[in-house]
Amino acid sequence: MKTNDGQNQVQSLLEKKYQNGFLSRGEKVIPVLLFLMAAVSVVTTIGIVLTLIVETFTFFKQISIAEFLTKKDWYPFSKTDASYGVLPLLVGTLKITLIASITAVPIGLAVAIYLSEYASERVRKLMKPILEVLAGVPTIVYGFFALTFVTPLLRAIFPSLEMFNAVSPGIVVGMMIIPMIVSLSEDALSSVPDSVRQGALALGATKWEMTWRVAFPAALSGIMASIVLAISRAIGETMIVSIAGGSTPTASLDLTTSLQTMTSYIVQVSTGDAGFGTTIYYSIYAVGFTLFLFTLAMNMLAQRISRRFREEY
Amino acid sequence: MENVQKNIHTDEMINKIPVRLLKNKIYKGLFLLAALFTFILLVVLLARIFSQGASHLSWDFLQNFASRRPEQAGIKAAVIGTLWMMAVVVPVSLLLGVGTAVYLEEYAGKNRMTRFIQMNISNLAGVPSVVFGLLGLTLFVRVLFLGNSILAAGLTMSLLILPVIIVASQEAIRAVPKELREAAYGLGATKWQMILRVVLPSAIAGILTGSILAFSRAIGETAPLVVIGIPAFVAFLPKSVFDSFTALPMQIYNWTSRPQEEFHFLAAAGIIVLLVILILMNSVAVWIRNRYENKY
Amino acid sequence: MALVAFKTKEKKINEQAPVERQTVYSTKKCNLWYGNHHALKNINLDMKEREVTAIIGPSGCGKSTYIKTLNRMVDLVPNVKTSGAIEYRGRNIFSKDFHVEELRTRVGMVFQKPNPFPKSIFENIAFGLRIHGIKNKKLIHETVEKSLRQAAIWDEVKDRLHDSAYGLSGGQQQRLCIARSLALEPDVLLMDEPTSALDPVSTLKVEELIQDLKEKYSIIIVTHNMQQASRISDKTAFFLNGEVVEYDDTYTIFNNPRDHRTEDYITGRFG
Repeated sequence: MKTNDGQNQVQSLLEKKYQNGFLSRGEKVIPVLLFLMAAVSVVTTIGIVLTLIVETFTFFKQISIAEFLTKKDWYPFSKTDASYGVLPLLVGTLKITLIASITAVPIGLAVAIYLSEYASERVRKLMKPILEVLAGVPTIVYGFFALTFVTPLLRAIFPSLEMFNAVSPGIVVGMMIIPMIVSLSEDALSSVPDSVRQGALALGATKWEMTWRVAFPAALSGIMASIVLAISRAIGETMIVSIAGGSTPTASLDLTTSLQTMTSYIVQVSTGDAGFGTTIYYSIYAVGFTLFLFTLAMNMLAQRISRRFREEY
Repeated sequence: MENVQKNIHTDEMINKIPVRLLKNKIYKGLFLLAALFTFILLVVLLARIFSQGASHLSWDFLQNFASRRPEQAGIKAAVIGTLWMMAVVVPVSLLLGVGTAVYLEEYAGKNRMTRFIQMNISNLAGVPSVVFGLLGLTLFVRVLFLGNSILAAGLTMSLLILPVIIVASQEAIRAVPKELREAAYGLGATKWQMILRVVLPSAIAGILTGSILAFSRAIGETAPLVVIGIPAFVAFLPKSVFDSFTALPMQIYNWTSRPQEEFHFLAAAGIIVLLVILILMNSVAVWIRNRYENKY
Repeated sequence: MALVAFKTKEKKINEQAPVERQTVYSTKKCNLWYGNHHALKNINLDMKEREVTAIIGPSGCGKSTYIKTLNRMVDLVPNVKTSGAIEYRGRNIFSKDFHVEELRTRVGMVFQKPNPFPKSIFENIAFGLRIHGIKNKKLIHETVEKSLRQAAIWDEVKDRLHDSAYGLSGGQQQRLCIARSLALEPDVLLMDEPTSALDPVSTLKVEELIQDLKEKYSIIIVTHNMQQASRISDKTAFFLNGEVVEYDDTYTIFNNPRDHRTEDYITGRFG
């Protein structure tokens, strides 16, 4: 029945087409229109890059690039002795990213291996929605969870931990990126042909040996790409760190004290009352540009790794 | 064939099997534990939020505006504001996203331009949302003088979720069987007629499923709103897209960042409202997916 | 029929050297179900060591299922149920204390399509030894060379042992997979249509290889190619609809079958 309907539709369209010839003009306009829509995403990228470059340039007219890159203090709010060395923000981002990776990579890979190599179809059907929900929880919710649950819990165990610290938001950022690692790594694992798995099992390999020596190495580049992407997401994560990480820019590697990341600095300025046109206002673009470069580099790296992966089969 | 003598001792290998099996079991246990961890994480997360926020959920909470006194504070402006914002996001991102996908799948040649657009889209998907906020702040708020309005926020969010919608729509369009297209062409349909009457109706389920997930991301995103300068304390309802407004995640963020615990409970209640909206949207997505899954 | 004459000659060669051979596999009243589908029905078969046993039959007759049951690869299919017994050298392979890992160490398998690991040629062969905890480098090197020589592929790959196995041709990959199984010096070699994905020249090479290998290994081979069965096997079992219709000397099956269904099949009336 369905195909019949489709045919009738097409036929009635045909008649219409013969009756008024303007449709053929539409045929020429529409591709142009659609191309313009596709161009929006390119324009968006150009817009992002242009915005960041122009405003960062304005910032560097007031603060030298050398100061931004080499000074070791970030005190933009100081009335008398403002200092714009980005290092503390980089260290803050690094600390969060590191803790997040340490949390998420082992757990994410373990779940991915469990789902692709060990779990029965039923368990897989049960786990998939759980991961989807975890991936769909807004980061503001994770931030709330970090501040009101994970931090008090950790402080009960380690009393020396400050109210704002790197560990709690780091762990929670890790939780947030677990679903991403699982889903992309599992895709990589399941693209390893089953016949190769059977070859290993037929030689008397246990499932673990088959996974560790055959499936995992074969999927390695896809898995690496998933980790790089997840780390890139951790670098750009904003709300969890803003809520639970504090706002003290510090180059110290201490994980127990309040810190500030590139993203949480942008939030701090945005929620404060630094007026349009001030040095502080432009500084968020310089920081945003730095952040953008980092995540862009990570994403291109991930694409390069996974392209190599696709060539293998 | 040369006569080879055994240089491998099968029995020795066999003796090692129990140890190897034990190792396998230990690893399997660890992996299972990791899977259980994600499950427990979700349960704890939800249980925690519901136990904190459920008692603050009430009709008043949904009906009241923001207030400095926690017992009078409500979420009305935030919910209505989010709806207003989505009224901008849904048409804009859907039109641009599906249009781009149709262009890339049906019209674009396999040339450098297409590859460039495609690469650009996947890179755009990896840009942190806070950076989109900076774009919105400059482009919409300052250059186009939209201020911290619904339109500025909605357009920023539309650009943010655009890559997700494009990719989902591309996949859905790619899944439309060749025979359907050929049948349409065979009857003399033009390309655009074929796309409008054959491809899009067949792909609509996939497009909607992916788009709804993207919309839920837009509803929950906070960072771009913060950067654009969306206020959290709003005691009126917007009348047009050019009005200032607040959104659910902004309200939650505001309550969360207050030191008094009472406001944390309000934040939890706000999160429940947010999650309920997201769950409803996801259920619709799942429903659409299941309904159309066995179509071909 | 020239073909029959050729077979007869071969049969005589086998008869010239009568040896006392022990049973490696003894299948007793074996049934297998995939869910509700009864795939193997009451199979009773005895297979002798250092012989080539061919299993023939039309597609869907259960021949592939049967050979995968012999090393329990069939376990990988969800919802598989079995009954009866298959004894490997007197031990029931379905019993709990017979680990599949042990069974598969003693019984190697070659698959329909070559399935080398995405590793170097060397590592493909060394894999079996490594998983079994053999770390002695000299032993590994010796075994890799020996297995590749046995599989008659050494000369073709000896200069590129550390290149990816995916660079080999299909026929080379299949002989590599045979070498991979031989590295563990198995007792039995199961071959599931090993030449179905190969060109005629590679097929011939693999068939010659099987002839060589049977001096040391018991070989059970599933094939859809009746000439192949008649050329290389000593015994032939004809499967139909999950049952063994006839099992006898290959010569008898092809020249003097007892069952008319066997005759119909080998003369090409169906299948």
